[in-house]
Formats: sequence, C-alpha cells, structure tokens
Amino acid sequence: MPRRIEWVYGWLLLTPALFLLFAFTHVPAVKTVVDSFFSTARGARPSTFVGLDNYRLLMEDPVFWQVFSNNVWYALITIPVSIALAIVMALWVDGKLTGRGFVRMAYFAPTVLPLIAVANIWMFFYTPGFGLIDQIRSLFGGAQVNWLGDPDLVLGAVIVVAIWKEAGFFMIFYLAALQSIPPSLREAAAIEGASRWTFFRRVTFPLLMPTTLFVSINAVINSVRLVDHIFVMTEGGPDNHSSLLLFYIYETAFKFWDTAYAATLTVVVLAILSVLAIGQFYLVDKKVHYR
Amino acid sequence: MTMLRKLGAAAGAAALSAALAAPASAVDLQFFFPVAVGGKAAQTIEELTADYVAQNPGVNIEAVYAGSYQDTITKTLTAARGGEPPQLAVILSVDMFTLIEEDAIMPFDDLIETDEERAWLDAFYPAFMENSQTGGKTYGIPFQRSTPVLYWNKEAFAEAGLDPETPPATWEEMVEFGKTLTKRDGDGNVTQWGVRIPSSGFPYWLFQGLTTQNDVIIASGDGDETYFDDPRVVEALQYLVDLSTVHEVMQPGIIEWGATPKAFFEGQTAMMWTTTGNLTNVRNNAPFDFGVAMLPANKRRGAPTGGGNFFIFKDSTDEQKEASLDFIKWISAPAQAARWSIATGYVAPRPDAWETPEMKAYVADFPPALVARDQLEFAVAELSTYQNQRITTIFNDALEAAITGQKEPAEALAEAQAQADRILRAYR
Repeated sequence: MPRRIEWVYGWLLLTPALFLLFAFTHVPAVKTVVDSFFSTARGARPSTFVGLDNYRLLMEDPVFWQVFSNNVWYALITIPVSIALAIVMALWVDGKLTGRGFVRMAYFAPTVLPLIAVANIWMFFYTPGFGLIDQIRSLFGGAQVNWLGDPDLVLGAVIVVAIWKEAGFFMIFYLAALQSIPPSLREAAAIEGASRWTFFRRVTFPLLMPTTLFVSINAVINSVRLVDHIFVMTEGGPDNHSSLLLFYIYETAFKFWDTAYAATLTVVVLAILSVLAIGQFYLVDKKVHYR
Repeated sequence: MTMLRKLGAAAGAAALSAALAAPASAVDLQFFFPVAVGGKAAQTIEELTADYVAQNPGVNIEAVYAGSYQDTITKTLTAARGGEPPQLAVILSVDMFTLIEEDAIMPFDDLIETDEERAWLDAFYPAFMENSQTGGKTYGIPFQRSTPVLYWNKEAFAEAGLDPETPPATWEEMVEFGKTLTKRDGDGNVTQWGVRIPSSGFPYWLFQGLTTQNDVIIASGDGDETYFDDPRVVEALQYLVDLSTVHEVMQPGIIEWGATPKAFFEGQTAMMWTTTGNLTNVRNNAPFDFGVAMLPANKRRGAPTGGGNFFIFKDSTDEQKEASLDFIKWISAPAQAARWSIATGYVAPRPDAWETPEMKAYVADFPPALVARDQLEFAVAELSTYQNQRITTIFNDALEAAITGQKEPAEALAEAQAQADRILRAYR
C-alpha cells in the first residue's frame, strides 16, 4: 500500500511538467508528422490525404536544395570557427592580464544583445558606401562592396554575424571549465618541462572535452535555430542565397500559407537534428571523458 | 449559506440586467491595423477610432496594433482559422485574393443598400480601386495607400551643371542625367551614384514602375494569370540591369530599401525612387534642397499603387457588420482622410479629401505632396494574384537573379512565368 501511494505521488509530481511537454512539444511534433501526409486546406478545398506527395515535391524543389546547402555551409563554418574562437578567448581571459573584467565583459556583450538589435547594427556595418566597413576600406582606397546585395558574399556576411554572436556565449562555458582544472596539473607539467602548447594539447584540451561536446551540440542546434538576423538583414535574398531552413519553413507556413509543405520541411529538419544529436551523444560520448 | 445564496441572487440579478441592457449597449468591434512607416501612424489611427467611439456611443471599437503588414495578415488569418477573426482590419490590398480564397472576407456590395452608399464606392480614385475589386465586386476600401515617386537632390544637380529644377522626364534622360551626376574619386571609386532604385525584399514593386512605363501589365485583374515573360517586361528588366552594368549610374547588386533615404541624405545618390510614405521623413532630414517628381516615362508614364485597404470579415454578427461599414464610411470621409494623409504622408484616397480646407492649406505649404496624387492618373494595380505571396516571391527571386547577374533577364523571367503558371493553373 505505501508503495502504491508513493507511485501515485510520483506521477502527481510529474503531471504538470508532462502536461506542458505533451501539449507544447510531443503533440505538435506528432501532428506535424501527420500533417505532412495531407494537402493544405484552402478555403473551400478541404485537406486530403496525399501520402508521400509532399516529400516528392520536396525532393524536386530547387529552393529547398539551395536552402539546404546554404544551411550546411552555414553550420560547417559557424560551428568550428565559433568554438575555436571561444577556446582562444577563454584561454586569454583566464590568464592574468590587466583589465580582465573588462575584456570578459566585452567578449560576452554580443550574447546579451538581442539578435535583432545585433542584425541592425551589422546592417550599418555592411551598408555600401557609408557603412563602417566601407568607410574603413575607403581609407585604403578600397571600392564600395555590396556585402548583402551580392549572392557570392551574402552567406559569408550573415555567417560572420552568427559567429560574432555565438563565440562569446561559448566562451563562458570554456572559462568555467578552465577554472575547474586544478593548478597542480600545470605545476606538474612545468616541472616535467612541457611547453605551453604540449600542455594545452595533452592536458587542457582533453579536460575540456565534455564542455566541447555540450557546446558543439548547442552550436549544431543554433546553426538551425538562429535565423532572426536573416529576417532583418536579407529576408533570404538575393534569390535565396542567404535563406536558411528555418527561415524557409517560416516563409512557407506564414507567407505562402502552405502549412502541409511547411510541416514536411519541419519533419525533415527534425529528422536531421535528431540524427545529429543522437550521433553526438552516443558516438562521441564514449571518447569524451579523460581517463 | 444564506450569505452565499444572497451573493448568488445578486450575481443573477446583475447578469439579468446586463442581458436586458445589451440591445441598448455597445456593439463590440475588433480592428487590426498595421504600421509600415514610422511617425504618427499608430497614434493617428487610435485617435480617429477614439473620436468615432465618442460620437457613436452604441459602438465600441478595440483598435489592435498588429505589427507590420506581414504580421497583421498572419495574425488575422490565424485568428480567422481559429474561428475568431477581427470584425475589420487594414491589410495589404494585394492580399485580397488570399483573403477571398481563405473565405475570410465579404464584399461590400452585400452590405450596402442605398444609392448614397453606392456613390460612396465610386468616390475613390480608380487607380486605388483596381486592387480593391475583382469579379465585379468590391472587397476593400482604400485607406493607407501610396505610390512611388522620384526624389532628387537639387544641390547635386546644380553642382553637376544640370538645371536644379528639372528632374529627368524619360528613361533616356534618367541615364543621361545619371552619367553627369555619378562622381568618381582618383582611384575610379564611386563617391556619388546617379540614381538608386532599391531592390531588397520586394523588388517587384518599383520594377512595376518600369513595366508600366514600358506599357505592359504583369497580372490579370482576375488574379489567375501573370505575364512575366512578355518581351516588354524583359526589356524593362534589361533597362534596370543596364543602369548598373552598362551605364554604371547605379550601385550594382541588390540595393537595400531601409538604407535608401539615408544614402540620399548622405549624398551617396543624387536621385532615388521610393514611396511617398517617406515624404515627411525626407522633408525633416534632407540637409539640402530636394525635389519630388513623377517617375520618368518611357512608352507612357506609370507607377504601381501600394499600401493597405479596409476589409470586413465574414464571421461576425449582422450588427457588427453594419457597425464596421459605418466606421469605415466615417474614417474614409474627406475630413478624416485629409487628417490621416497630413499626419502620415499617405495619399488621401479620394478627390474630395484634397478639397478640404486643411488639405488645401497643407499642399499650399508643401507642394511636393501633390505629386503622388497627380501621378495616380497614370497608376496601375500593384501585382496581386491568388497565392499572392508565393507568386511575388517567385517574381522577386527572378528579379534578384537578374539584378545580381546570376541569370539573363529573359531566362529568369521565363522560368518565373513557368513556375507561376504551375501554381495558378488550379485557379483558372
């Protein structure tokens, strides 16, 4: 009997969280999968079961493939660069230097600013002619560059903003991890005569691996999730050269009102993200901890 | 217990008296409106609504600021799909077909009864009604409407040896003036461009100025056919591309809308095409003497219209529909239309609003405000079709591809037409 009461008690405690999780995460996710097999209802025409038609459409949609490849490049560049920068910045502000508090704050500031505000500031940097970058370039005789208006440059321009925004955030995790490394290790290494680089490669970096796993999962999610600046800076243009998956889903759902196709796109993105996250946890987790 | 019963009785009596009072008390209306330009737009709408409610005690209007145009249609359609649409809203006139397809709005023809009300529908400029009517019925009433015009920097004109009072009147003149106005430094880098036609986000709107001037209409009035691959459309796009590549009088690549007035103020460009909605902004911020002119002509003069209309939603009671109609009639009357136009820079949508004393005083003080009105004579409907946002996105992508040199104009437009046909076939 007491066992049973405990069991009821446990479930009662779980209920509020479970209810929220189901209402706002699991039910919508399942509904999205179901919706992706139906057509979009439009006024007089109700939604009908179309099987895999939406997925076939997706395979043949050139915009999807363009956006997909944009997002792959976006992830391939932002993730390693922002992690590497974060480690360098953390090592720098972990050391003894004057004005350490100020530098830490400066590195962290981009994280505190809302991405929409950041995007507006960068819009000014990138403005051809009288923007900050062009003004500096003009001092050295550089010509105007239309950073956001050139299909070859625009993706790079939005990637820079994402890295600027993310690196400071990741730095905080590395800084916390660095401070938990016992100083005796450094002293021991110094006695052994290890160089600073060897110490970093053999001791510090391996000890940072759990943080790197955590940060890299966050970075992967952010590479799909962080699209606010696209709305402000380019709206996916020119000709979809800076459009990312989440932005394309928004356009399809709330500009074109093609909710079924948007659901299909969402399912594909969810599938990709799940595979990546599971892969990171199960495959990498085994090698993460320093033994 | 007796206490509770007393309370219950009191509550019941209150409910009963409220129910009895209901017929005499207010009709509640919810009104969604967007704000697309800065300044006093939101404040003015709220003031106008409050004035109407003060004059009409039987009606209660909740004016809800719903964000940008895009936010407003998103919120309205989401509410309509959830079964609780607002009673009325200001939404882009080009979204008319989307709202019809969603079965969300009703034609004004179903609400008006008297001849006086029918005359009211005819009181607006025909150019604005093109985007408000289809299939012989009127679905929208023009409210915050605009049209693009050309702004020029008189000081830059004088400096380049041009007559500061004469803007370019034709395509050839715009190129010719542009060449005179484009300044380069010792390294050959441009310090001042001749002209600026912004193309970020929605290039189709200003491009429609060029197509209209080239005497071609890009979509049918029924909203089920587009003519993107017409040779005259290709020619217009070629002209736009040539401004940067052949004549070198405009910055190459996609040109940002938001930075355009600033570029004009900074002397980065001597002429710019942009909406009349910027008139007050330019008046307050240009550090030099400027002029406002109609867009230059080619085969004819021409410009698109733009902006938002009033729509009435189907899913309301008859009293609510009556009250909505009455409110729209009031706010679009000459006195209110003039007040709105002066506060924002939007074009007052009916000729008699320009005859009010307030409006006459305003244009006497600031004649450039008249340019947009006079251009209406040559204006056409803004691109609007079924699945409007998808079709315009296809068209925008094609324009951006041509402007950035990814595709030849003819090729880009032929592809866009094929895609549009695939979508619109279902509606023919």
